[in-house]
Amino acid sequence: MSATRPLHLAAEIGGPPHYDAAWYVELARLAERGALDFVTLQDSFARPGPDALAVLSRVAPATERVGLVPTVTTTHTEPFHVSTALATLDWVSRGRAGWLVDVSDTPAQARLFGRRPAAPAAALWHEAGEVAEVAARLWDSWEDDAEIRDASTGRFIDRDKLHHVDFEGNGFSVRGPSIVPRPPQGHPVVVIDGTTDGSGRTAARHADVVLVRAGRAEEAAALRERLRTRAADHGRDPDTLRVLAALTVHLGDGERPLDPGLESEPHTTAGPVGPRYRGGPAGLAELITGWHGAGAVDGFHLTPAEPRRDLERLVNGTVALLQHRSLFRTFHPGGTLREHLGLARPVSRYTTAGGVR
Amino acid sequence: MTADREPIHLAAHFPGVNSTTVWTDPRSGSQIDFSSFEKLARTAERGKFDFFFLAEGLRLREHNGLIHDLDVVGRPESLTVLSALAAVTDRLGLAATVNATFNEPYELARRLATLDHLSAGRAAWNVVTSSDAFTGENFRRGGYLDRADRYTRAAEFVATARELWDSWTPAEPGSPHGAPRPFAHTGPQFDIEGEFTVPRSPQGHPVVIQAGDSDEGREFAASAADVIFSRHGTPEEGRAFYTDTKARLAKYGRKPADLKIMPGVTFVLGDSDAEAQERAAEIRRQQISPQNAMLALEQVWGRDLSAYDPDGPLPEIEPDPDSELVQGRARVADPLAVAAKWRALSEAKGLSIRQTVIETTARQSFIGTPETVAGALDTFVRTGAADGFILVPHLTPGGLDEFVDLVVPLLQERGAFRTEYEGETLRSHLGLPDPIRKG
Repeated sequence: MSATRPLHLAAEIGGPPHYDAAWYVELARLAERGALDFVTLQDSFARPGPDALAVLSRVAPATERVGLVPTVTTTHTEPFHVSTALATLDWVSRGRAGWLVDVSDTPAQARLFGRRPAAPAAALWHEAGEVAEVAARLWDSWEDDAEIRDASTGRFIDRDKLHHVDFEGNGFSVRGPSIVPRPPQGHPVVVIDGTTDGSGRTAARHADVVLVRAGRAEEAAALRERLRTRAADHGRDPDTLRVLAALTVHLGDGERPLDPGLESEPHTTAGPVGPRYRGGPAGLAELITGWHGAGAVDGFHLTPAEPRRDLERLVNGTVALLQHRSLFRTFHPGGTLREHLGLARPVSRYTTAGGVR
Repeated sequence: MTADREPIHLAAHFPGVNSTTVWTDPRSGSQIDFSSFEKLARTAERGKFDFFFLAEGLRLREHNGLIHDLDVVGRPESLTVLSALAAVTDRLGLAATVNATFNEPYELARRLATLDHLSAGRAAWNVVTSSDAFTGENFRRGGYLDRADRYTRAAEFVATARELWDSWTPAEPGSPHGAPRPFAHTGPQFDIEGEFTVPRSPQGHPVVIQAGDSDEGREFAASAADVIFSRHGTPEEGRAFYTDTKARLAKYGRKPADLKIMPGVTFVLGDSDAEAQERAAEIRRQQISPQNAMLALEQVWGRDLSAYDPDGPLPEIEPDPDSELVQGRARVADPLAVAAKWRALSEAKGLSIRQTVIETTARQSFIGTPETVAGALDTFVRTGAADGFILVPHLTPGGLDEFVDLVVPLLQERGAFRTEYEGETLRSHLGLPDPIRKG
């Protein structure tokens, strides 16, 4: 079963904050050279750093193929702006945008906005699901062929192919349609870290890519199976879900014998707790080969412990080995992030609805 | 450039979502592909323009409950596309229109500071306000804001953003970005506290642009803006606006040069002035299709006039001053007066509905040979009607090519416009002082 399933690899390019574009361009190009599916750039109002979506938009014209996935929180932001900014990232990157959905649950972050008190993560993840839903509706609100430029009737668009989305959520509503035409991928790729409190349910329903954290392949396989079952419960085809094991990688030491399990990363405020690989690039290639070969995961999302050093060793060492063994692509055959991930471009939900408006 | 005169400032407006943009022309390209934005921005930078300007719309226009379908529509989110343009330009300023009503200071100040960092000091923010419930239907807070509070909120929004931009300690050896300090802002509109995530940006504060024309809008601009995007494209109106607005600066401790007035203007070039006039007339016909003429008529009348013929006479019935037919766009202030003026014009010249609309709307500002247009622009600025212009081409994305190739060199020969960028930041292009760090 698993031998034919393609391996997907992604890397985080954050870390200690930088404010100039050159740093991020360098890391994204490095990941692109390794033919990785995508890079993520995590973001939070709770610690120093630039706006991640803007940074990856700046990176887009400086790269060709690699997917660009910023964290955008749904808690203190406007769903309409979130949707249009991600659609725009998809336009400027010609179909390489993704969205790492997150929530902001601390009182300190609530006070930055002064709009409402902090809420428990579970409630915020429910809202995140609503925001993901309305974002997708807005992406669909222009059918692909809405722009007609029909000089004979003077019409630039066929208004029957633009749709009010009329979303009513618990705490907000959005009328639509979007101001942005349908993005090149139809929907930018939705990525959710499924291991934080309350996020798993939202991930099973709305995510294209789910990150899981596990110290052993068997644990990862169980998490993947549970997500696939939940996705099916929501009426989704489980094969439209890509489950990636999230791993911090410290490649600064030499190779050493591979433990069956991984270290647990020490807790820091700057990142989620999770398993950590510490060793050499070849050992990491072994681990990836083993887990993926066993069918435990569809791939890995790797966070370098030290961004430049570990990403270089990852690309030049681990990825090169996987490519040499024909376990990973040597170039990007497709142009869009969906193509890298083997995910179909969704048809607009309004396409069959005819002239409803 | 001679030392005794202020240079002209030029900006490029991406052809927008409105009837100025001609889409029936075979040269009309995509309004949404990044290549169109890149092409126009690179052209503006080749022409040594001060900045590139993007408008904003947060709800598609509707007419009589239906989405307006006659004009170019569909545009990107401004700050995201400008971040990408920072990658393909080096000096050009990057100005985003962003609404102060449907955003929060912390997030927007952060996005603007990020753009200023990513572009090495080229960011600008055109502050606009709105209060209509129609646009509000796309946002969490809905149309909550009383119209009279629009500028109250905008002014406090800008002041709060400046507090955030100033909140980090200065850079020093060993601390290249400085460090965050806690901020706290308490006011009628915003009650927020915490730490900002972005160090002070290369320009200190991104350039602030303002576009309102009311008394309140002018006062707000005089107190808080670096640039006014004005509407006054004729010399007489321009001078009156210029004099009035610049006179308001002193009470805020500001000098006349601290606020640049740049009307939005259109232009049509030709090999002869007569040919340019012919091209201008043809563009007006393209802009005002029969369908667009009927729409313009209904926007004034506030009534369904679909039974009328665009090539026939104006309606006999009176406008409905309380109509809610048009949404997502400001209605004319006094429809009865406008209708009377249109009728008089139509009767005097024997004009049809479409001809009347063509005659009364969408007239281009500067028409003629490159020499004529360069001279007129120069005179406009020399006579105190503006500090420069925001040019609105009527074609995407090639609408600025002729201007940059033919008019800019003539302005440069006159010593009226820079031949090279002298500074790195948008503030330096505009000759604006560095903002004073408070706190």
